[in-house]
Amino acid sequence: MKLAIVAGPATTGKTSVIRHVIRKLKSNEKKAAFLKIDVQYAEEDIELAEEFGIPTRKIYSGELCPDHCNVMVLGDALEWAEEQGSDVLIVETAGLCLRCSPYVEDVLGIVVLEATSGMNLPLKVGPILSLSDIAVVTKIDRVSQAEREVFRARIQDVAPKVLIREVNALYGIGIDPLVEEILESADVEGQLYLRGNPPVGTCTICVGKKEVGWQSHFGVVRSLENQNFYRGQ
Amino acid sequence: MIESVTIMGGHGRSGRPEAVQQIDLKMGNVVSIVGPTGSGKTTLINDIELLANANTPTGRRILINGCVPPSEYRYDPAKNPIALITQHTNFLSDLPVRKFLETHARIRDKRDQSTDGLIERVISFANQLTGEPINLESRMTELSGGQTRALLIADATIICDTPIVLLDEVENAGIHRTRALQLLREHKKIFLFVTHDPRIVLLSDFRIVMREGSITDVLHTDQEEQKLSEGVSKLDDSLCLLREKLRWGQRLIANDLEVFA
Repeated sequence: MKLAIVAGPATTGKTSVIRHVIRKLKSNEKKAAFLKIDVQYAEEDIELAEEFGIPTRKIYSGELCPDHCNVMVLGDALEWAEEQGSDVLIVETAGLCLRCSPYVEDVLGIVVLEATSGMNLPLKVGPILSLSDIAVVTKIDRVSQAEREVFRARIQDVAPKVLIREVNALYGIGIDPLVEEILESADVEGQLYLRGNPPVGTCTICVGKKEVGWQSHFGVVRSLENQNFYRGQ
Repeated sequence: MIESVTIMGGHGRSGRPEAVQQIDLKMGNVVSIVGPTGSGKTTLINDIELLANANTPTGRRILINGCVPPSEYRYDPAKNPIALITQHTNFLSDLPVRKFLETHARIRDKRDQSTDGLIERVISFANQLTGEPINLESRMTELSGGQTRALLIADATIICDTPIVLLDEVENAGIHRTRALQLLREHKKIFLFVTHDPRIVLLSDFRIVMREGSITDVLHTDQEEQKLSEGVSKLDDSLCLLREKLRWGQRLIANDLEVFA
């Protein structure tokens, strides 16, 4: 079975992209399953189940970070999708705090960004972009060709190795290359590992060291001069 | 070298095949796309820009030099042979004009030319089309509708500098349209104008006629129309003159309408 993890900020059109991917998978006679991870509300599972008659599920991460939740539940989800006889499991997750990514080693990671979101967005979203395999750019009909190309350049600056694919998720234009990438990806097997380094969870400040100045701390420290662009690894 | 673009017909909104199933555009051709609002003119140039291969709602296919174009045309702006000037009259880009043009020149791979020189040419081109000049340090979002379109036309001509140029209703841009046409036609390219403007239509080699999402006809500009073209241009020049005088706060006089004198 193949696995694809689709992430991206809210309202960029993740579900619209996935809808077209599922349609194309269906026309290739591949069975898709869908898992949505969201904080407290989602209905994409019901919509996609009704529209395509495929097995879908959702999980609310609640007090957990959705990416943390993803790490917890992905093993179960793969078992569930296998039991359903699926060829591809598509996981949609909201990226929230932008300090880590939901992607898994050797599994296709897809980030969905919108061309309308401003030229600095690629610099702001961190590992959700820089650790992805494919950056899908939606809402291309809303901007001029020149802006679409400059947006591509801004993504390349941050994530030079990421494959960029502009799509029109309204009509499903440009979806074919995504489907090809999913079908050509390796089957999932064995122990899976989260891609990139997790952000700090418990730090020296959390455990009560109140001294100001990085010299008094250990683990994850940062000096004023140390302003590396955060890539999650 | 790009020598031709072929539009292979798909179907209209009704699902029926288009009446015209093949149109060949040769290098140097100037072509208009005409039809009432909503007839699918913009969709047609979008199909061309997307290098449609039966994967858009119209089912059309676009061939370059008679073949299915390589996917790098779509995914590498440096290799994209098409510049599309859309009807957008505002930028969403929050970059200063200079930074935007620099970035665009970089991804279109114009490194063989000095970026400063390119940017200077873009601005001087754009400023010939606008009333108020564009400042390189302005944010893109601050530009007016006319300045936006002037900059898009200049960017497409100088930075993209592609063999195929698609223009969507350039006459609505609130810019010096005649000057734009003059400047554009200095370059030998395939031009496609979506237009409602008789002057542009009559200056074209032929026009593609659209109805209800379908290409219904292709009309070559015949001899009678070519003769008419001169008069239409004069009429248009007169109207442009009136527009300019009014724009600059002047009064009109009877002699201003020379064509009818």
